[in-house]
Amino acid sequence: MHSLILATAIRLLLPLMLLFSLFLLLRGHNEPGGGFVGGLVVAAAFALYTLAHGEKEGRRMLRIAPLQLVATGLLIALASGLLPLLAGLPFLTALWSSVPAPVIGHAGTPLLFDLGVYLLVAGMSLLIIFTLMEEN
Amino acid sequence: MLLALLLAIPLSLFGWFVLQIGPVASGQTLQASFAWLPSLGIALSFRLDGLGLLFALLISGIGALVLLYASSYLHGHPHWGRFNGFILAFMAAMLGTVLAGDLFTLFIFWELTGLCSFLLIGFDYQQEESRRAAFQALLVTGAGGLALLAGIILLSQIVGSSDLTIILDSGGLVRSHNLYLPILLLMLAGAFTKSAQFPFHFWLPGAMAAPTPVSAYLHSATMVKLGIFLLARFSPVLGGTDSWFVCLTCIGGITLLLGAVKALLRTDLKQILAWTTVSALGMLTLLLGLGTPLAMTAAMLLLAVHALYKSSLFLTAGAVDHGSGTRDITRLGGIGRSMPQVALAGGLAALSMAGMLPLAGFIAKELFYEASLHAPSSPWLVTAVVFLGNSLTVAAALLAGYLPFYGTLKDTGLHPHQVDLRLWLPPLIPAMLGLLIGFFPAVFGSLLVAPAVARVAGRPVPVELALWHGFNPVLLLSIITLGTGLALFRLHRKIKLPTQPTKWDTEQLYHLLLAGLPGFAGMITRYLQNGRLRYYLMTVTGTAVALMAVTLFTSSTDSMDLPKPDGSLHEWLTALIILSGALMATMTDSRLAAVAALGVVGYGVALIYILFGAPDLAMTQFCIETLSIILFVLVLHKLPRFALLSSTGSRLRDMVVALGIGSIMTLLVWHAVSQPLIPSLSAWFMQQSLPAGHGRNVVNVILVDFRALDTLGEITVLAVAALGVYAMLKPRSSKGGTD
Repeated sequence: MHSLILATAIRLLLPLMLLFSLFLLLRGHNEPGGGFVGGLVVAAAFALYTLAHGEKEGRRMLRIAPLQLVATGLLIALASGLLPLLAGLPFLTALWSSVPAPVIGHAGTPLLFDLGVYLLVAGMSLLIIFTLMEEN
Repeated sequence: MLLALLLAIPLSLFGWFVLQIGPVASGQTLQASFAWLPSLGIALSFRLDGLGLLFALLISGIGALVLLYASSYLHGHPHWGRFNGFILAFMAAMLGTVLAGDLFTLFIFWELTGLCSFLLIGFDYQQEESRRAAFQALLVTGAGGLALLAGIILLSQIVGSSDLTIILDSGGLVRSHNLYLPILLLMLAGAFTKSAQFPFHFWLPGAMAAPTPVSAYLHSATMVKLGIFLLARFSPVLGGTDSWFVCLTCIGGITLLLGAVKALLRTDLKQILAWTTVSALGMLTLLLGLGTPLAMTAAMLLLAVHALYKSSLFLTAGAVDHGSGTRDITRLGGIGRSMPQVALAGGLAALSMAGMLPLAGFIAKELFYEASLHAPSSPWLVTAVVFLGNSLTVAAALLAGYLPFYGTLKDTGLHPHQVDLRLWLPPLIPAMLGLLIGFFPAVFGSLLVAPAVARVAGRPVPVELALWHGFNPVLLLSIITLGTGLALFRLHRKIKLPTQPTKWDTEQLYHLLLAGLPGFAGMITRYLQNGRLRYYLMTVTGTAVALMAVTLFTSSTDSMDLPKPDGSLHEWLTALIILSGALMATMTDSRLAAVAALGVVGYGVALIYILFGAPDLAMTQFCIETLSIILFVLVLHKLPRFALLSSTGSRLRDMVVALGIGSIMTLLVWHAVSQPLIPSLSAWFMQQSLPAGHGRNVVNVILVDFRALDTLGEITVLAVAALGVYAMLKPRSSKGGTD
């Protein structure tokens, strides 16, 4: 399946979609969005790219193995829960910085947690998509 | 040295129990309790009362004798150490059962005795017969154990506690309850299988495959007596009703006669003894069924006396086997000269079994007759059964304890020789004890029998045991019994009797059931594990929907209001799009079209989310739809061309299933939305979102903050699912892939 239109379009769309997914992730705390949907957008972007250019090219573009994304995501989410333990608070208690950061607004462990979800969802979807596309 | 250490365990236990005779006889109950499942009110608790003490003494005392005996009997056996471990574990399980103070403690130890006996019966595991016998015993008593568990649960539900002390005080409540009969039958099933009552009697003689010391222990003091223990223990709660009387006396009577007749048809010493055990267990059940104080006294005395003479006889049978090389009574005779101590033990035990003056068995039999003559219902019938059973027992006693030792040496091929002390002392001790009890019955009666009877009756009962009651009808019966028994013994040697089990035995039913089991399992497997995904799906969803439907229609009392059709035009249009998409997916004969149609349904649902103000959900739904369509296409284009493989019938069936699932889900959603929402919860989240979670998006704040643990669990599941998919797809693709 090779489509010139899709192949050309996706070269432009991929960075945009990744940017959009980051936007969704970061603003998710105050507006519609969040880690889950952001991760899905990442997966959709790479899925379209892979459809146009093939599985090998898709993997090359992603640079990191999907399974590693899953593991990293899970670890980050877990770490965000473990951090408060260091401060003597219960597991998964939200910690917030008092100074607002330039783009994100207040930074805190929930955002870190969301990042974990984001990576995990993207990794999981891509793992399945890549594996299914492999034979072609 | 090792043996001394080994014997120290049961002997010290026995010694401790002996020290408790005084306090327990004065009416005390020792109790100890440990927290086990406090939230369910179940404790690991123990109590030592008269009934438990009588059993504990038998278990630890005879256990010590059996260990001593086995050290010689199994001398040089490669698994002697294992044997000791099994016996000690068995002893612990038995003690746990008879000393349990909680229903569930009792049940756990009860099942442990079954497991230990399985290991012991199957001790010679290289022999198929041993394995089969062990399996049979485990199956029969295990099935009874399940019934017992059900009975125990019902009982503890009714009384509201599993504490035995409370249960034993709640007899009136239990007997007047609707569930009394089911409880009784379930508990009787447990007791009857364990003590080999008709129709479950067949496993016990099969258990003769065990080494002789095990048989001695199993038959005299332990497992088979547990059923009797259960009946005695719960007699204050369940006893005293007509159903109790009928069940126990009928089954006990049948077992008594059946066991006694079968004992005379056997030629193997151990088999004869095994069937007389069945018979004795029938006697005990019959006596507990009669339920009069006299009968209970007779039962407790007979229990102790039987344990003594039966352990002695089994151990002598083993010594005979060891010293002469055979247990076949047609070949045995006159070997007593070579092993006088064994002959003495066997003779004394046999006389006690036959009920001869002045041994303990005589007192037990006198009481037995007195109890049957004063039976609360049809005393003549009961006495006739008892008379027949006792006469047969006399004959069997002579076969087992007289025939091998006295007279002339029958088979000159045998070369009987003296056996060592460890083989003749253990059978001699209980035989002598039988004599001792015969001389001092009053002491034994007040110290051990009376406290036990008081627990069985649920109130103190005066117990007066004496060797001589004067000339009365009971004595006359005793004499006639001895005469009849002697005559039967003489006759037995004249006529040839069939020795093989008949085809009318209930054991055949067991084998029939056992043979049918694999077929049944195969049928179940064919239905439930047939390897076809569509049937799995149908079973799973069908079950779920059926359960939901039952819950929905039985538990919901409030009516469901039909929502008014007040949607706006674009809402109706969206609904129409979803419906046509769904319809299209079922009708089309192109896979791609079906996938596209499903996509339409998904996007339509996402549209509804937008219309009702859930942009987060809508966005996620759009992404999921897109990705799943991509996945679908990826999978589908690998499949061969679409062909209609299923018949019209199966398509119709699928339709029915799908419609059923759809309707139930619709009803469920309908029901859910017709319930008033609890506004406090959502209001709380709305209020707390910004101040506590630093976010205006309530959905996201809930996901990553308020209920982050849920999310963590969910993403863990996702990660595991990803690994699963990877593992399933990877080996296949790598096989034809790059390497």
